[in-house]
Amino acid sequence: MRRLPGQLWLGAAVTAVFVAAALLSFLWVPYAIDGIAIANRLKPPTMAHWLGTDQFGRDILSMLMVGARVSIAVAVVAVGIGILLGVPLGLWAAAHRGAWLDELIMRGNDLIFAFPSLVIAILITAVFGPSAFNAILAIGIFNIPVFARVTRGGALSLWTLDYVLAARVAGKGRLRISVEHILPNVANLLIVQGTIQFSLGILAEAGLSYVGLGAQPPTPSWGRMLAESQTLISLAPHIAIFPGLAIVLTVLGLNLMGDGLRDHLDPRLRRLR
Amino acid sequence: MARYFLTRLGSLALSLIVASLVIFAVIEVIPGDPASFMLGLNAAPETVAALRAELGLDGSLTARYLSWVGGLFVGDFGTSYTYRVPVAELVGARLWVSLPLTLYALLLSTLIAIPVGVIAAARRGGPADYGIMGATQLGIAIPNFWFAMLLVLVFAISLRWFSAGGFPGWEAGLWPGIKALTLPAVALALPQASILARVMRSSLIETLGQDYIRTARAKGLSQRQAIVRHALRNALIPVMTIIGLQFSFLLAGAIIIENVFFLPGLGRLIFQGITQRDLVVVESVVMLLVFAVILVTFLVDIAYAAIDPRLRRGGGAR
Repeated sequence: MRRLPGQLWLGAAVTAVFVAAALLSFLWVPYAIDGIAIANRLKPPTMAHWLGTDQFGRDILSMLMVGARVSIAVAVVAVGIGILLGVPLGLWAAAHRGAWLDELIMRGNDLIFAFPSLVIAILITAVFGPSAFNAILAIGIFNIPVFARVTRGGALSLWTLDYVLAARVAGKGRLRISVEHILPNVANLLIVQGTIQFSLGILAEAGLSYVGLGAQPPTPSWGRMLAESQTLISLAPHIAIFPGLAIVLTVLGLNLMGDGLRDHLDPRLRRLR
Repeated sequence: MARYFLTRLGSLALSLIVASLVIFAVIEVIPGDPASFMLGLNAAPETVAALRAELGLDGSLTARYLSWVGGLFVGDFGTSYTYRVPVAELVGARLWVSLPLTLYALLLSTLIAIPVGVIAAARRGGPADYGIMGATQLGIAIPNFWFAMLLVLVFAISLRWFSAGGFPGWEAGLWPGIKALTLPAVALALPQASILARVMRSSLIETLGQDYIRTARAKGLSQRQAIVRHALRNALIPVMTIIGLQFSFLLAGAIIIENVFFLPGLGRLIFQGITQRDLVVVESVVMLLVFAVILVTFLVDIAYAAIDPRLRRGGGAR
């Protein structure tokens, strides 16, 4: 067993902290986030409120913990959509390489790639109404071609290997080979890509909720906390700084984890780094 | 080359057709119909009927799609319901903010990323490389709108070097215009520059490992000379593709950044369209942005093939 790279540990630890904070928020938060205490508003960080309070006197740490749920849930489900739909498409395309359906799937992928995803996400949420659900949908759609392409790319090279040929000679069908032999061998690629899409999902959700197209009040979300802090930034910079740091640290943790996983799972890539 | 060009042109046309169909479909599947959506729940039936007639909603789906697309071809984007002026006019005015902003950011991103990437590659494994890789890792993780807010906090509120937002218009002069776009462009450029610097670095490292570079070094060239004379030109090919693709990220990113800085660009127009439920504006601006992105991708493909003849064979850059 090779030693796990340091950045993988660091990334996993940072990610774990945010996931744990999100989970803990279901059971306990330092202060209730639905109470408004105007007397307590815009307080800088103190011993009582570690990250200070916002314009309604709510505890920012508690808001961030509850907000982490939305960010993580949206990103996880969006990655799930990408994997559930993209991986079978990629496996199918690789198994029927060169067939019209392969062409169709890959050209369809190119088309979605050519779309500016943020613009389409805005269009979707604008038309169907802003909500966390529609944000998931808008982000998830653009994960499908990513996973289809990664799966197909990995699978194509596997289909030329001897053991796959042996499986074909043994009479296994394409579907069975795809599931039994190809899928387990592209799993590494999918885990790495999943981490990357997860971090992109966190950023996309933050962007959408920043412009008011993500989770709606009273559900706190990191992006909306930033949007609401914008006019107060000169009075109380801390209310803009902490939600931003939460986003940056989560994304950074996931990216480090993704890079570390890639190095660990595919040592050939290390040459370039 | 001619065949390659025609193939790419074909896929450009196909992309545009599909994009227009998708955008049209999204607007069509609105619960109820676009007219009642735009007017809200309390609208009088006569008003809704009048808007339906104005938008041509009484025609068939095909007729409406064709008239919309036909209009786009001749620059007729329809009439904004809230502003009561042609959408083309609204777009025209705002394009002069969004496009310069995008190009400014693209320029900054390229000017920062290429030297930084080259330094990291040349000093691979050294402290400069580690520092640059760490900084770019951070740059990728920062949401551009948050970075924009921090820039406002430091350079507009504390130091007062720039205004916190707004745009004086180009008629106020070139310098005030550029000054107003500087913080937004920096905010947009940072994450893209981080990505680009990483691409530049790995591309140059790969090129430096090639035999012809070893030959050049054996001939007596210093590493710096080998990079400048031989490696850089080849290493720039993948970087160029990414620069092309970044145009679309920057243009889309500008939508959000314009809202941070209250810039009267296409992004603001889209969001005003969304809050006022002015679907004519939203539909056309989205189509325009998609068109710009697809067109730039096409141009990059063509430029890429012109530089690197290996790609012309086989008909695609894949």
